[in-house]
Amino acid sequence: MTGDEACAEGALAAGCRFFGGYPITPATEIAEHMSKRLPEVGGTFIQMEDEIAAMASILGGAWAGQKSMTATSGPGFSLMMENIGLGVCTETPCVVVNVQRVGPSTGLPTMGAQADMMQARWGSHGDYRIIALAPMSAQEIFFQTITAFNLSERYRTPVFIMTDEIVGHMSEKVIIPPADRIITEWRPKPSGRKDRFLLYKPGKNGVAPMPAAGEGYNVHVTGLTHDEKGYPVMSVEAQEQMMDRLCRKIDDNLDDIIMTEAHHLDDAEVVLVSYGISARTSLAAMQQSRAMGMKVGFLRLITVWPFAQRQIAALAERVKALVTVEINLGQMHLEVTRAAAGKTPCHLVGHAGGTIISPDQVIATIKEVY
Amino acid sequence: MPATARNLTPKSPEHPLEDLIRSDRIPHIWCPGCGIGTAFSAALTAMKTSGLDLQKTCMVSGIGCSGRAAGYVKLDSFHTTHGRAIPFATGLKLGNPALNVVVFSGDGDLFAIGGNHFIHAARRNMDLTVICLNNLNYGMTGGQVAATTPFHARTTTTPSGNPDAPFNLPLLAWASGATYVARWTILHTRELTECIQKAILKNGFSFIEVLGPCPINYGRRNKEKSLQTLKMYQERTIIRNNPQMDDLDVDFTKQVVLGEFVDKDRPTCIENYDKTCRILE
Ligand SMILES: Cc1ncc(C[n+]2csc(CCOP(=O)(O)OP(=O)(O)O)c2C)c(N)n1
Ligand code: SF4
Ligand SMILES: [Mg+2]
Repeated sequence: MTGDEACAEGALAAGCRFFGGYPITPATEIAEHMSKRLPEVGGTFIQMEDEIAAMASILGGAWAGQKSMTATSGPGFSLMMENIGLGVCTETPCVVVNVQRVGPSTGLPTMGAQADMMQARWGSHGDYRIIALAPMSAQEIFFQTITAFNLSERYRTPVFIMTDEIVGHMSEKVIIPPADRIITEWRPKPSGRKDRFLLYKPGKNGVAPMPAAGEGYNVHVTGLTHDEKGYPVMSVEAQEQMMDRLCRKIDDNLDDIIMTEAHHLDDAEVVLVSYGISARTSLAAMQQSRAMGMKVGFLRLITVWPFAQRQIAALAERVKALVTVEINLGQMHLEVTRAAAGKTPCHLVGHAGGTIISPDQVIATIKEVY
Repeated sequence: MPATARNLTPKSPEHPLEDLIRSDRIPHIWCPGCGIGTAFSAALTAMKTSGLDLQKTCMVSGIGCSGRAAGYVKLDSFHTTHGRAIPFATGLKLGNPALNVVVFSGDGDLFAIGGNHFIHAARRNMDLTVICLNNLNYGMTGGQVAATTPFHARTTTTPSGNPDAPFNLPLLAWASGATYVARWTILHTRELTECIQKAILKNGFSFIEVLGPCPINYGRRNKEKSLQTLKMYQERTIIRNNPQMDDLDVDFTKQVVLGEFVDKDRPTCIENYDKTCRILE
């Protein structure tokens, strides 16, 4: 099955029962698959009138008590940004898939890129934290979609899957384990007196329990700066407290959220850093360079946001160079450079998008910096 | 002191909507003479007397003075982004069809930035009740032109008068497929409350336009004192049920038609989805 279909199947396996979407290449197949499968499992699919509506609808779906998802590509991702901010501010669990294509603007609609990485981090206005994962195969997109739902439920926040046209459209064998082997999490549920319930009072992990509409909690949910009760408070102090809570639930749990994969880091002199489809390029480049006798390692970012700052900083202390491989003109490369803090030179292998990066290009850079 | 004696001490009477209002959020932000409060109480009274399970009833608003309504109602209430109350409400309803979902928002919110969502929700016959407080301008941001501002009216962004024509909202709702459409002013609270109640109890997409003054931003620039606006609501309106839909422009230089304009039945979005998409064998 294709990466897009595997993503949809992963969502269903995770318990997603509401999808609000809008067609866009190369993400359309996710919506198509969900439109067929959701009614079979008692869920609901709706094609909204645009991506703004799609994003708003999944926030509504989440407050109705459902695990909710949408999927899009660059132009639609841009339209979703305001309501992604609403999701962050109101601590609404949901999953947004971006099957990245070439931008800016309409760009190359049918060709892959990884150039929305900074938009994923900073695209909505204001300060906030976000969680984003980057799968490198159809099988992985299946599992990562489940993980994305689990993280979004655990931390009550929108979670992104930052995949790309190449992974989305590639056909690979995908093994779907039996349902009882799949761990699915749900948002923490409130207990105790309903009239004393505080919608944003953090419990375990710094995350507040979340009731659904209709359960008798009379919640007030607003994108205005609010207190623990959820009521708007127009003050600098309330803003500081709210932001502190929003950031802390992510910042205090980095070890739980950040997933990386280490390949031959122990003796590495040059380390590749990559994610998504470019991770496959990097793996091949690492293996070929090792065959040529160069001690090359590879750090794969499975979680791209929050950024694996600590891991990069530690590598920067001891390697000759870090090489970021990504299909853009240097986005995560900026983060790698920042985390390396001048301790080691940082290089980029990237281009403006439309095709994968070949292992040869990476090897050429490795040879230069080795 | 004996209990009876204590009971004689005067106690301020309870507000009849006390149980539906977040009294811990009062005072509200609305200006003196503003029409929103009256429309809001009519909506609450209608909800209360409708016999609906209020625990299963939600209010969704967008952004604007009218959009603050969701912040004062003691129900599950959602104050979303500018223009997006309807798609949020759509997700809420589809996520749990047992919920009764009422959207309360402003004319700018629902018909300028959110206009696309309105027509599509009406087309699908989403089971929502949409109440629009139409004050002919963007109150919250200081009185700019809206999609409902009368031709030639003055606002901060039409200092020489509005060069554009306003929407006829009931016509738009009807053409988009709404199954219930009514219009009242805040002077007609009894009719308004009855119609809101009917709309809430009705399956399908219901739309109620409420004309209400914004004396601070619209009235002031158009030489209308609050009382004059209300007088106009009394003298220059006429109640007509089942009128010609294209006679429903809001033009107070002529006469503005009020009443219940559409009340028909067709399958809702959810009914159609269940019938069309769920039976696959
Ligand atoms: C995306 C976005 N654009 C602009 C605004 C600024 N804004 C806030 S309320 C409003 C207009 C509200 O008008 P209306 O819906 O008629 O409500 P009223 O205040 O008149 O009740 C605007 C433009 C915003 N909050 N968000
Ligand atoms: S600005 Fe206008 S609409 Fe807003 S509260 Fe004041 S009178 Fe009402
Ligand atoms: Mg208005």
